[in-house]
Amino acid sequence: MEADKLALLKHQAARIRLGILDGVHGAGSGHPGGSLSIADILSYLYFEEMRIDPANPTWEDRDRLVLSKGHAAPALYAALAARGYFPTEKLTTLRQVDSFLQGHPDMKHTPGVDMSTGSLGQGISAACGMALAAKVDGRDYRVYAIVGDGESEEGQVWEALMFAARYDLDNLCVVIDWNGLQIDGPVSEIVNPAPYDGKLAGFGCHVVHMDAHDFDSIARAFDEAKTVKGKPTVIIATSVKGKGVSYMENQVKWHGSAPNDQQYAQAVEEIKAQM
Amino acid sequence: MENICNWKIGEKVATREAYGKALAALGAAHDFVVLDADLAEATKTCYFKKAYPHRFFDCGIAEGNMIGVAAGLAAAGKTVFASSFAMFAAGRAFEQIRNSVAYPHLNVKIAATHAGITVGEDGATHQCLEDLSLMRTLPGMTVINPADAVEAAAALEAVLSVDGPCYLRFGRYATPVFHDPDTYRFRVGKGEVVADGTDVTLVATGIMVGMAMEAAATLAGEGISARVINISTIKPLDEELILKAARETGAIVTAEEHNIIGGLGSAVAETVSEGCPVPVLRVGVADSFGRSGKVPPLLELYGLTPAHICEKAKAALSMKRK
Repeated sequence: MEADKLALLKHQAARIRLGILDGVHGAGSGHPGGSLSIADILSYLYFEEMRIDPANPTWEDRDRLVLSKGHAAPALYAALAARGYFPTEKLTTLRQVDSFLQGHPDMKHTPGVDMSTGSLGQGISAACGMALAAKVDGRDYRVYAIVGDGESEEGQVWEALMFAARYDLDNLCVVIDWNGLQIDGPVSEIVNPAPYDGKLAGFGCHVVHMDAHDFDSIARAFDEAKTVKGKPTVIIATSVKGKGVSYMENQVKWHGSAPNDQQYAQAVEEIKAQM
Repeated sequence: MENICNWKIGEKVATREAYGKALAALGAAHDFVVLDADLAEATKTCYFKKAYPHRFFDCGIAEGNMIGVAAGLAAAGKTVFASSFAMFAAGRAFEQIRNSVAYPHLNVKIAATHAGITVGEDGATHQCLEDLSLMRTLPGMTVINPADAVEAAAALEAVLSVDGPCYLRFGRYATPVFHDPDTYRFRVGKGEVVADGTDVTLVATGIMVGMAMEAAATLAGEGISARVINISTIKPLDEELILKAARETGAIVTAEEHNIIGGLGSAVAETVSEGCPVPVLRVGVADSFGRSGKVPPLLELYGLTPAHICEKAKAALSMKRK
């Protein structure tokens, strides 16, 4: 990847991480771990990959993103703000009673949010519906869905993948954020959906691997997905929960708790040092 | 719709049949898509499937995903009908309907067939007696339970003009048509006075409307003047019509092929208790599950009969006179 582009993507990823911290710290609650793990992917999607127009968030031919792991809303909001859908100053209103930034994504009130999500397993089905709509209407937009690894314990995820394969939804690209941790502990110790490759292939999907924190790897995966015909692509994105904040990385407790003032200051300092 | 609503008054037709025929007929002028979950032959979406195969998508036996797919299609601007049995649409997929459809107020029409005890022989697992309650509690959901084939077809056309989620309840059991297909016009949210009366009001929905009309005729023979109201839109409820009946007749009996908890009886009681308190007695399945059997003995067993409505009407009258 060209140095300029790489620098831009890294910069935007850092802005997204700062936005996550601002939101979760301001709210005093939320889900920083699984937000930080997808920050680089969102930077790439919103600043490189997706055909979108922040001035026209309901543009019919836009690419769509469904954050099926809706608890990573702070990351989505930070990406949307960074991309210009609304002012970044609004991020600190996250979860406040008078805010348009709900604890989980709300398509009715937040510009740029393509689907209301939060109840795990449901977003990927909606993404299938959007991809099917494109086929029915003869439109060429693409649909991206980000699914958690813990989320893929939900049976509906697999119902959706079977559906996507049945209806040849090659305009659908699902990313599984494989950060390895869920609320009750390591995914491998709860009810482990991994290994994924054989299952996904068996469900009729094209499987790609990605290092979720390496922009060259991210670019290769999304580029490959666009070449696939006749079936959906699932990208298994190996990620680090809490990525970018030293004390949050790979720590289950940061799935769903907010940093205090001191922890927030340290986290901001660490992210700024990466900019 | 004249081409499909050629049923004669008195002819026995299941509302699912009317749904299927109307869906296929409306498909000519409207570009909606239809989803089903491996029940097209039973829900009667098979007629649409045959006519418009490129707009029909079988989701297989995966109702939760079907509702999510419907939500995504609607989010992308399509009008969608999603069909399964009431048990598996309102029941199995309740949370998908709640979070993926109702919360974002998407234009998904959930058309559920095989509602109620009249599923018959398949028994309790398939006899959904809770769907009106479940759907009615969702903000912004329009809930419609047509009383005969003519109304079912008319309601289907009407909901195309409703911007937002709708739940339509259809039955498997053939019951007599009583609306005149040439003159009947369905209005969402409006009840219908099918017989006037002054002593008591029978507020019925679905197949119980026909039974309420029979009950009113019997009561007339005993000197009791019963008004009969067809409430085919459970939500938004025609509160004005209900309260007018409460004021003018002073006693109400509700009748529904549904649990007496949470459905029409509850909706009417809530409205009446807040607006014009009068006795409200409920005819319906009294908080129990169904069982296998032929439909007539099942209706008898669960008290879904004109005779039972008459009995409740007299009880309501006696309460009124106290």
